[in-house]
Amino acid sequence: MYPAMRSTSADVFRPTDARPAPGGNIGMLRWLQENLFSGWLNSYTSLVLIGFVLWVFPAVLNWLVLDATFAGDADTCRQNTGACWPFIVDKFPVLMVGVYPQELLWRPGVACLALLVLAAVTYTDRLKGAVLVVAWLLLPVFALIMIGGAFGMVEVEQSLWGGLMLSVLLALVGVIVSIPLGVLLALGRYYGSPLIKALCVGFIELVRGVPLITILFMASVMMPMFLPPEMVINNLMRIQIGMIFFSAAYMAEVVRGGLQAIPKGQTEASLALGVSPWKTIAFVVVPQALRHVLPPLIGRCIALFKDTSLVIIVGLLDFLGMIKNSAFDPEWLGFQKEAYFFAAFVYWLICYGLSLYGRALENRGASGARR
Amino acid sequence: MTTRIESQIAEDESVIEMRQVNKWYGNFHVLKDVSLSVKKGERIVICGPSGSGKSTLIRCINHLEEHQEGTITVNGTILNDKLKNITNIRREVGMVFQQFNLFPHMTILDNLCFAPVWARNMPRKEAEATACMYLERVGIAEQKDKYPGQLSGGQQQRVAIARSLCMSPSVMLFDEPTSALDPEMIKEVLDVMIELAESGMTMICVTHEMSFARLVADRVIFMDGGEIVEENTPDLFFDAPKIDRTQKFLSQILSH
Ligand SMILES: Nc1ncnc2c1ncn2[C@@H]1O[C@H](COP(=O)(O)OP(=O)(O)OP(=O)(O)O)[C@@H](O)[C@H]1O
Ligand SMILES: [Mg+2]
Repeated sequence: MYPAMRSTSADVFRPTDARPAPGGNIGMLRWLQENLFSGWLNSYTSLVLIGFVLWVFPAVLNWLVLDATFAGDADTCRQNTGACWPFIVDKFPVLMVGVYPQELLWRPGVACLALLVLAAVTYTDRLKGAVLVVAWLLLPVFALIMIGGAFGMVEVEQSLWGGLMLSVLLALVGVIVSIPLGVLLALGRYYGSPLIKALCVGFIELVRGVPLITILFMASVMMPMFLPPEMVINNLMRIQIGMIFFSAAYMAEVVRGGLQAIPKGQTEASLALGVSPWKTIAFVVVPQALRHVLPPLIGRCIALFKDTSLVIIVGLLDFLGMIKNSAFDPEWLGFQKEAYFFAAFVYWLICYGLSLYGRALENRGASGARR
Repeated sequence: MTTRIESQIAEDESVIEMRQVNKWYGNFHVLKDVSLSVKKGERIVICGPSGSGKSTLIRCINHLEEHQEGTITVNGTILNDKLKNITNIRREVGMVFQQFNLFPHMTILDNLCFAPVWARNMPRKEAEATACMYLERVGIAEQKDKYPGQLSGGQQQRVAIARSLCMSPSVMLFDEPTSALDPEMIKEVLDVMIELAESGMTMICVTHEMSFARLVADRVIFMDGGEIVEENTPDLFFDAPKIDRTQKFLSQILSH
């Protein structure tokens, strides 16, 4: 059937040995020239930037470290021109957890540990996808139970929750509830009947057309007017619902991009095997779509975490709320700068961490041969 | 009397029965009065120029495309828009695509177990055993924990064939299974298909691999412009085509 190769006395092919690529380590000067001073426009920009850094850096360094106070009280601080770090140290517990009872602090601690462990386990990729999904969905429930108390644990009123703990909790619940909701909205928009499609598009466009602040005000002030009196839900929960809706609309648009990227052949192959349309969507389409949009999805998570700082305007004492409160503590009057610097630093630290974590997840996916 | 009984049996044995099937894409008439009957164990090769409706024809059989007129029956189940009928037929009909269409986020083993577990409710253990058996048969048992992206095209297509076989279909449809492959990988896929044909599987293959057609086909069907133009045994089809359109097509594909 296939004509055999004619076997004549041919020359033997010998592959050439591979050589290492040229280059390797380049000298310092060469590096500078290639990266900072290639061409006059680049050189000019580099000089201006270096000049700027040299001009600003000493002042910042002085304030942060050289002239700063590291031990003492408010009076010691006032004698120095630099930053007052004892203030931050003194306020640290309040900034982290608000007025949460001291003796119960281990409970939010356990919840936080659970979050970190789950993130690490997700990265190692040891568990099956379905198990991970269930674990992540249960995490906010676990966190709420630990912080609020249930099953015989002492109850801690929501008015006592605050600080960074509250910010993280709002973001965590917001992200984990809004991703599935966003997936449903995106599926409705992409596959739904005209009515469902119209509803999904309507919701998405309505929410995206309104600033988060407005949504939070509406959740805080207007929602109680429309809900029947027997359905009393507290302020925190209303705010949380507002954030979930807001986030879900954006998540839906991100996921939609992922749905569009799945080749038609994928659904066809699954349907042709006799798998029902719903299971095809659940096991073939959605997992691939989510993997596809991992970078913007992580971006949305970071954005939502930063957006939680807006709850300050509806009277919740989240991290930024506590920062502001501390700045007006009569005992420590006049150290606002330190408070806001610390706030910026903590937000940056967490967001940058999330960003690095997201990138690590992506790279793992890429090197793991999952296209 | 006897003839009537015989024809009755022939009717019962036919796995796929297409009668006067018509299909349009908008105003474009893709399938024109196509009738085709495939008996159990028969191997059919469909060929024809690009755009003649070959893919559309076989994709109508498992309702990846919807036909507008005529009837299609698979194993006695009539294909209408009842989801239950469609799903039943799809479980009976395996399909292999030109682009393999393996699920890139699942390992090879998971690709094979997916449909038996979720469409037939087979216990995972049993599904894995079946999967390993078929992977052995197509010669890639040792790759079962890899992802599709780590396999060559030929290997991927063999996995795709094994994936279909895991649902123990009574018919297999092939839509140009070797056209996306490098020449050196075509043979390994054709060998699997030949082995499958020899084991008695009912097959409909859209392909231009004439050597394959000569070797395994019971009938070769030539399509052009959405119609079945000519239908014959491979020897007669290739050596003595009756219709000029067929002659022209054959001279084109055999000359290059
Ligand atoms: N979804 C569609 N909408 C409109 N026209 C289509 C669609 N799919 C296919 N067609 C047209 O129908 C005709 C038949 O297509 P089909 O894919 O069945 O051809 P084919 O014989 O398989 O060709 P090829 O050898 O290129 O695969 C072509 O002219 C094609 O342009
Ligand atoms: Mg085709």
